Formats: sequence, C-alpha cells, structure tokens
Amino acid sequence: MKRVNSALEQIDRYRWRLPREYRQDMRVPGIIYASREMLPHITEENVLGQVANVACLPGIIRASMAMPDVHWGYGFPIGGVAATDLEGGVVSPGGVGFDINCGVRLLRTRLDSTALDGKLEKLVRALWDCIPSGLGTTGIIRLGKRDMEGVLTGGACWAVEQGYGRYDDLLYTEENGQVAGADPDAVGLHARERGSLQLGTLGSGNHFVEIGVVDEIYEPEAARVMGIEKTGQVLVWIHTGSRGLGHQVADDYIKVMLEAMPRYGISVPDRQLACAPVSSKEGNSYLGAMRSAANYAWANRQIITHHARQAFASVINACENSIGLDLVYDVSHNIAKIESHSLEGKARSLCVHRKGATRAFPPGHAQLPELYSAIGQPVLVPGDMGRYSYILTGTQTAMEETFGSTCHGAGRMKSRKEAKRIIDGREFVKELAGRGIVVQAGSLSGIAEEASLAYKDITSVIDVVTGAGLSKPVARTRPVGVIKG
Amino acid sequence: MRNKYKTIEHTADIGLVAYGENLPEAFLNAGIGMSSIMVDLRTVKADTRIDIIIEEDDPEKLLFEWLNRLLYYFDTRSIIFKRFELISFASNRLEASGYGEKYNPLRHIIKTGVKSATFHKIMVDEKKNRVRVLLDI
Repeated sequence: MKRVNSALEQIDRYRWRLPREYRQDMRVPGIIYASREMLPHITEENVLGQVANVACLPGIIRASMAMPDVHWGYGFPIGGVAATDLEGGVVSPGGVGFDINCGVRLLRTRLDSTALDGKLEKLVRALWDCIPSGLGTTGIIRLGKRDMEGVLTGGACWAVEQGYGRYDDLLYTEENGQVAGADPDAVGLHARERGSLQLGTLGSGNHFVEIGVVDEIYEPEAARVMGIEKTGQVLVWIHTGSRGLGHQVADDYIKVMLEAMPRYGISVPDRQLACAPVSSKEGNSYLGAMRSAANYAWANRQIITHHARQAFASVINACENSIGLDLVYDVSHNIAKIESHSLEGKARSLCVHRKGATRAFPPGHAQLPELYSAIGQPVLVPGDMGRYSYILTGTQTAMEETFGSTCHGAGRMKSRKEAKRIIDGREFVKELAGRGIVVQAGSLSGIAEEASLAYKDITSVIDVVTGAGLSKPVARTRPVGVIKG
Repeated sequence: MRNKYKTIEHTADIGLVAYGENLPEAFLNAGIGMSSIMVDLRTVKADTRIDIIIEEDDPEKLLFEWLNRLLYYFDTRSIIFKRFELISFASNRLEASGYGEKYNPLRHIIKTGVKSATFHKIMVDEKKNRVRVLLDI
C-alpha cells in the first residue's frame, strides 16, 4: 500500500500526479483530483491501477484523469475522464459505461418548502405512482418501430413533440436533448427490444427523483440566473439514464471492439477497455449507437419530468404556472463527445470520455444557452439521499485542464455488501423520516445499499473541485422527499 | 456441499464467483447467482421455460453473453430464472433451458438491479470449474 501511495506525486493541495513511469505501458501520466484525506481510500481501491490502465489507451491526450468522487469501477474508474485524438486515438465503450447518458436534471419550482407542509408524504406517493420505478417495472409507453426511430434520433425533442413537457425544456438540456450523429441502424434488435417497454421509467440502483429544498446560496447572482431565488425554495432532482437499451448497446459494442482490436494492432490491459480507432468503421458505429442511446436517455428524463409535473399538480392546489417546475439544466455524466479543445494554443477536435464525470463548460462557451453564457454551464452534483446536493458552474480552469469536466456525485465508499451488513434498510428509512425526509422505495435492501454511510461526504468532493477551480458552487439543497427504484 | 456461488465485494458493483462439478455447471450457477442478487429466489416458481443458445468465440465472451442474455429476458419478458438445465456445452457454445417465472411485484421480493455483466476481472477457470464476473449495478 505504501509503495502505491508513494507512487503519487503531489502537484498542489488538490492535484496528484501518477507519473508515466508508474507503469511501462502508460502513454500519459494520471492526474487525480483529491484532498490528502481522500488518498488512503483511493489507493486502497485499485483506482490507481485503473487510472494507469486508461493511460494506456492509444491516442490519449494530456492525462488519464480522476475526479475526487473517483472509485473502483470496471475498466475506467468511476469519475474518470479521458480525451483521445480523432486521428490515431480510440473510442472505448468502457469509457462511457453501460448506462449510456446516465445523467441529472434539475427543476425549480416557485414553491416555498412551507407549501409542502402536510402534503409531503402525499407528494412523494404521487411521484411514486406517476413514475414507474424499480427493478422490473415497465413504462406506460409501448414503442413501436417508428416511434423507436423517433426516440433514437429525436431524444427529448421527440418526447416534447409527443406532449411530454415544454419546448423550453429543450433549451436547457445538454445538446438540447438531441445529440446529432445518432445512427439508429447501429442499435441492435436486442437493444431495441429492451428499450421498447422501459421509456419513462426510473430503473433501480442509485437512480432517484428527489424533492430538495434550497439550503444555502453561495453565488446569489448566478443562482438568480438559474431561477434559484431564496433558501427554502423547492427544487426537484432527477437521476436516471438509458435503461436496458443503453446497457445492451454497451454489451454489443464491447464485443465488436474486442473483435476489432487485433485488426488495428491494439491491445489493452483490461478487456473492459476494448476500443477501436475513433475514425474506424467500428468506432463510428459505436458512436452512432451510443448517441442513439443518449437520445433515449434524454427522452426518458423528459418523460419523467412530465410525470413529476403531473404528480405535483395532483397534490399542490395551484396552477401549473405558480408551481413552476421549469428546467434549470440537464447534464450527462456517462458519455463520449466529440468536442473542440485548445491544445498548445490550437483548437483540436477530441473524443472526450466522461465516465461518472460532468461536463463543466465555462462562461462564454458557444454550446451554452444564452441565459447561462455569463455564468457558465450549470453543473448538477447530487449527493446521497440523506445529505446535500450541489449546484455549481463550469470554469475556464476546467476547460483548460480537464477538457471541461468535473465531478458527478459523492462517490461510493463502501461496497453494497458491506452497506447491507451495517445498515438496515427499514431503520435507515425511519431515521430519515425522523429528520423530515420521506422515502419511497421499491427495495429495502436497495435502500441499505444506497444509504449515506455507503458514500463519501459530498461536501468533501465539492471542496476539492472548488479548491482546484474546476467548478464554482452556486447553491446547495437538502433532501425532503425521495423516490428510489 | 460446496456453495454454488458467492458474491464478492466491490465498491460500486458486485462480483460473483460460481463453481460446479464441471465448467458448464459453473456457468449455470453463475446465472442462478445473478438471479439471486436481483430477487429473493425463494419467492420464485420455475413454471416457465425458455431455451437459450449462446455462441461466442471464447469462454470469457461466452460467460459475459450468457449473463447478459438472461438480463435481456428479464427486461423484455420479465422472466426471473430460478433453475437451468444444460443441453450442451463447448468452449464457444452454451445451450441450456432456463426455468423461472414472470416477475410479479406483489409476490416477488426485489433486491438489486443488475445492468450488465462486465469483462473487468472476468475469469473462466476450466481446471477448477470456476467462473468469476463483475456485475454492473
């Protein structure tokens, strides 16, 4: 353990370098964003090995990076960022993960928390009833072939056209909820079948819908731009992804890449990192299928948004306008994007893999909606269901150092098995209820796995990204109601 | 009697090791192990049969695809498998009948959702009739 620890060189208080010499096959160094206190956990966890593995990918630029919520994943670490050159570089489905375009969206209400007095339990129940959640649930939508094409190419835009939500929602969704370059023909039959019944469903694991209350505002001006006016304001967080369709796309293309690698003379230290040149036939097909799955995920979050609005309307006696529930922003944290970044003063197109990392573009970036041009891209970082969630903005430092990326959550600390050993799901729900947090969940063991103790304290993660300048905290919310799959 | 499978610790996900008297049995036990992570199998009947054929060009891919095919049947037909019968096995082909039941939220106790099998630390040990896989949760 000591040896591994001593492998890291401290750059400054929040940055640690894993030198190229750490392993012979590394093409670039690793950079880990962390506080000193986080290091024992990170080095205990095979994370350094995974950072080093990613550093071996052909065409990787600058460094294999890990955000402070990093933890042991499969292939890439969760919290990993890697950019590859379009010429000679690779794209790896393992660098996106199975839950393609898993992401977070945040809605703001015009309600004060007092509007929920006496209604919170009913509201959580209504959300549970309106949003199919948990393992094995299917949605109310049955996607035929034509509609499936619409979802895979149109994403959230397709959903709005079908009456799920508002056109304004699209303005405040990364890629406007419809990433270009989707290739539905690259999505296999099994993936389509898995996706045909699951649109508009939350899924299980760490996916949730959370009613949060603004607890602190750090940057009042930026908060105001986002429509976050005062403490006590009710916000709604939604965290889910592309469901079985995305999982199957990843499965299919990892196998395609494994087959293709010898043809391109590529070998990787972990088969889960299977990859192909970005510009190859296989690379192109994967990107086309991945973008289709990303659009499915945006449609999914859009439909859930619509159902959350219906749930609020059924419980709060007020018109839609006074409830609000307008979209603040929607960001993906499992995706590969072709983006333009400056390398030694020259603009270069790169394939940026974010695996459990959030895009964090700075003020003035051309891809931001006009509203956010002055403050930078909203970055949405949910914590665990018993603690806080943070709203931040992207920065120039992130753009220059991490290809415009930052953390995505609290980061797991304890395994699911260990969490279940030390936490009783029923007790945890009771404890949360004692603190005024109402939880509705499909599985008590699932709740135990997702309890606060299983996660790092999100505040320590936020302190690192703030200290390192990768993002700027704007406000914080605390949970009052949660539905979990 | 030796356990048919056991789960192993991983921070974000769950590792699964399965054993058998022979290699195909270890594959089938991995399937049961994965089902048992998802649902309390004591609540599941085995009254529906699905025949499954997997063909891949190496044993690790065969294991990866076998488990993912079971997840495909869960997503598309809501089937939870409780038991498997081997029809035939080779290092690049597995044919088996799966017996299980359509998921019923009123009767079945749901545990943890599995998104996919992964290749990370995947292992097919033909000498010890043992397989290992990390499941993405």
